[in-house]
Amino acid sequence: MSPLTLILALPLLTALVLAVLPKENRQLFRRGAQLATLVSLLLAVYVFVNFEKAKTQHFTEASDSPTWALEASHGYAYTQHVEWISSLNISYHVGVDGIGVVMVLMASLVAFAAACCAREIQTREKEFYILLLLMTGGILGAFMSLDVFLMYFLHELALVPTFIMIGVWGRGENRDYAAYKITLYLSLGALLTLAGVIMLYLKFGTFSLLTMMDHAAEAGIPIGDEMVMFGLLMFGLGILVGLWPFHTWAPLGYAAAPTATAMMHAGVIKKFGLFMLLRVAMPLLPEGRDFWFPILAWLCLGNILYCGLVAMRQKDLNLLIGNSSVAHMGFIFLGLASATFIGVSGAVLVMVAHGLLAALVFALSGHLFQQARTLDMEKLNGLLHSIPVWGTLMIMALMAGCGLPGFANFAGELTVFIGAWKAYPIVTGIAVWSALVIGAVYMLRAIRKLLHGEWGQDTPEIEDLTWCQRAPYLLLVIALLQFGLFPRFLTDKINAASEHISKAIKVQTDDHLNE
Amino acid sequence: MDLSLISLEIGVALIGVLVLLIDLWTPDQHRKHLGWFVVLGLVAAFGFELKNSANLSGDDAMGFRRDSLTVFFHGFFVMAGIMVTLLTISYADRIRRSIGELYALICFALTGMLFAAGATSFVMLFVSVELVTIAFYVLTSFESHRLRSLEAGVKYLILGAASSAVMVFGIALIYGSTGELGYTAIREHIAGLDAAGYGNLILFSTGIILVLAGLAFKVAAVPFQLWVPDVYQGAPTPVTAFLSAGSKAAGFVLLLRVVSEAAVDLWRKPEFIEQLPIVNLRTLLAVMAGATILYGTLCALRQRNLKRLLGYSSIASAGYALLGVVALNEEGTQALLFYLAGYLFAVMAAFTIIAMVTEEAEDEDISVLANLHKRSPLFAVTLTLAIVSMAGVPPLAGFFGKFLLLKSAFGVMDQDPVMPWVIGIALVSVVISLYYYFGVIREIFWGTGRFWVGDDDKPKTSPIECPDTADILVMICVFWLLALGLYPEPVLNVVQDAAHSLFAAPVN
Repeated sequence: MSPLTLILALPLLTALVLAVLPKENRQLFRRGAQLATLVSLLLAVYVFVNFEKAKTQHFTEASDSPTWALEASHGYAYTQHVEWISSLNISYHVGVDGIGVVMVLMASLVAFAAACCAREIQTREKEFYILLLLMTGGILGAFMSLDVFLMYFLHELALVPTFIMIGVWGRGENRDYAAYKITLYLSLGALLTLAGVIMLYLKFGTFSLLTMMDHAAEAGIPIGDEMVMFGLLMFGLGILVGLWPFHTWAPLGYAAAPTATAMMHAGVIKKFGLFMLLRVAMPLLPEGRDFWFPILAWLCLGNILYCGLVAMRQKDLNLLIGNSSVAHMGFIFLGLASATFIGVSGAVLVMVAHGLLAALVFALSGHLFQQARTLDMEKLNGLLHSIPVWGTLMIMALMAGCGLPGFANFAGELTVFIGAWKAYPIVTGIAVWSALVIGAVYMLRAIRKLLHGEWGQDTPEIEDLTWCQRAPYLLLVIALLQFGLFPRFLTDKINAASEHISKAIKVQTDDHLNE
Repeated sequence: MDLSLISLEIGVALIGVLVLLIDLWTPDQHRKHLGWFVVLGLVAAFGFELKNSANLSGDDAMGFRRDSLTVFFHGFFVMAGIMVTLLTISYADRIRRSIGELYALICFALTGMLFAAGATSFVMLFVSVELVTIAFYVLTSFESHRLRSLEAGVKYLILGAASSAVMVFGIALIYGSTGELGYTAIREHIAGLDAAGYGNLILFSTGIILVLAGLAFKVAAVPFQLWVPDVYQGAPTPVTAFLSAGSKAAGFVLLLRVVSEAAVDLWRKPEFIEQLPIVNLRTLLAVMAGATILYGTLCALRQRNLKRLLGYSSIASAGYALLGVVALNEEGTQALLFYLAGYLFAVMAAFTIIAMVTEEAEDEDISVLANLHKRSPLFAVTLTLAIVSMAGVPPLAGFFGKFLLLKSAFGVMDQDPVMPWVIGIALVSVVISLYYYFGVIREIFWGTGRFWVGDDDKPKTSPIECPDTADILVMICVFWLLALGLYPEPVLNVVQDAAHSLFAAPVN
């Protein structure tokens, strides 16, 4: 059995076990969820560290079976293949390549941090942790599936938990509205994606991603169909990510969600759309890609410019970071839209960095909200004096958000710009300037208002993070710094995988030119 | 004539008669336990049928065929019958009339459905439809002390009679134009028509459309859906569940056989389609499916009465199921059968819980669900699963059913110019439907009760008292909802077999 199966199954099984325990044992659920996500994290680290070795081993044993050979030729390791619904060619097929392995690592790290930061949940813990674990198991599985149906299926596990979590434990007056809005938007995106996936299946006759990739060249999909399919996937997945102008659910939903949910959603689940776009749509549908990607490049300017400007006007801290997180999605879209080796690698790097960063920022703002019961930046001033640890972490997070060198975000964004420069010089030019200026304006302004300056009159008494509370934050910061200072940890693995994708793209483009 | 072919039907009818007889000598307080007799009888009868299942035959002279499709639906209806009986046992205290008759009528309606599963002639079709419908006229108005129940009965009676009349007229036209009543004979006759016979063809297709109208009434498809909300609301809840799961499925199996056996040339032969563009069956059914989905979804949006809400949702579900008929191929039929199987368990779970909750609260407003998560965690989880399954979200049965239906619809997208629109409507409606489905979930987990009564009438927090039968029923449903969603392979094989038998018939 592949360790990946354990990573995916542990949270789900723990959720099942917790479901039958009596709800009076309140501490138990917290501990159980933390334990399950911690073990998943450790396994993910194990997979990450041993990835190269396993890949080589996979390659040498590749002749054992055609499936193995196929997996090895695409650079996958730790695979497991079990027939699931054989009459429809759907199977339980998991495995990771260089991109998958970093995403799984990031997701399990954020999941553990989220389980640790859910202290604010003081009522109905049983239900909360069960839902959190369901969501975690689903999304971890989605990042490692090699079957498109399985990928979709596992991602959708998060939909109902999100709705209930925001509704029951959410904040603010209009959390009902936020819960409905996030659910309806996400399911619209998911359904458009499903339509695209079904059309793909009808063309290829299988849901196996690797088989599809091998047959992409000879599938001979008419250009018209390909454009429709890619459009469905791009907009469907785009809605899941918060592509402008379908992004309005995101800041609102995150502002209303409880801390752990916001961390999981902004950090991990939102990346799924990008991941699937990169995995499924880009390599399989070259004609559609060539048609839609220039449009995507202009749309992502909407994310970077428009959402950045919106973030500048926010007075509520959560809305500010929600909008800035949507703005950051623009960079990733830009990197993917360039469809170059460097651009794609950069996009994956930003995905990981932003996942960690978003989780960190939402965790910090969650702590603040739990103490102060407000996130209005007019009322909260000069916090650095009274809560120095929290304040320092917040400064680091906000600085990382505007791309300070040393954090992983800088490395990723820089790579994206370099990659995208050749493909879309105008868009990239605008994006670079506006990202630097706008991002710096709202992040620095937030730092000035929130952390520096005089202690505000309306500012309530706030306690700093205790020692044991600091662990998840430190974990996230350390990961951000490590990947920022030594991006090779990630890029070595990512590059190998994105080379596969860009090679596939290049072959298709060359064929296209030769015709 | 081989009576062993219809052993199950005879058995179920006998159970009904026996229940009526035993009822005479049963004291009042024990009457509700007659339900157990029905359940055991159904299990035994179906077991006997499965033992004989090698005997798959039947000739059209009898108007009844026993192929794998028939066996699948027999299993489906018996399952529905068992669950409805269990629900009736849990609900028995509310029925003030002699409950024995209720069990007997359920058996008679069930007999009609079982005959419908194998009907291959228009006589058998009409008889089985009438058997089901007439039993339901009485069943819907069974709580005769409640005005709503009587009203529902009268509405169902009038509209049902009208639709039967339309159907009989259609059958007369078909007989008049072909001189036959059996499906196979009709198909052979129609296939032999040449240019001179096109006059007959017009009569025939008009007849088919009228029959389809009658069946559309049974499955509650637009524009024959008006009875649904009132009847669903008024009928006793077990009867509503039976209407929604059993009667609808009976309509679908009849529809499937008519369309793919009797009327097969109307949509398969290009020259017929050219000749009669108005009655292009695929277009007709596709438009109907789209309209049904849209109507059900939009009407449910502002609905607060739980039973009416499920009524509208059942209209929308009928629309989705029609997508499987529209495909007019094996794949579509498979999808339809799988969808119905998932729908059965979702509907039964939902109606069981709603029956228990509304009975206790004596109110059917959605707000009675408030605090359900505290009052009965089992019910809260099950109702959530049932609703999520109806909404079509993984990992439950409903998702897989909708996925298969959409897949089959995408497969025939280029066959008809209206198909892309219908698929678009279906996709958008899934999103819209989440609004009202998730409204139920909202009410269960963080509902605050009635917003219009103020603070002194907070929703109850006491545990719900309910009979064990309801718990058992609910657990059966949960098991199947999860099993069909997580490991659909075995059931998929069964429905594949069933769909295959429908389309394997020789086509000239």
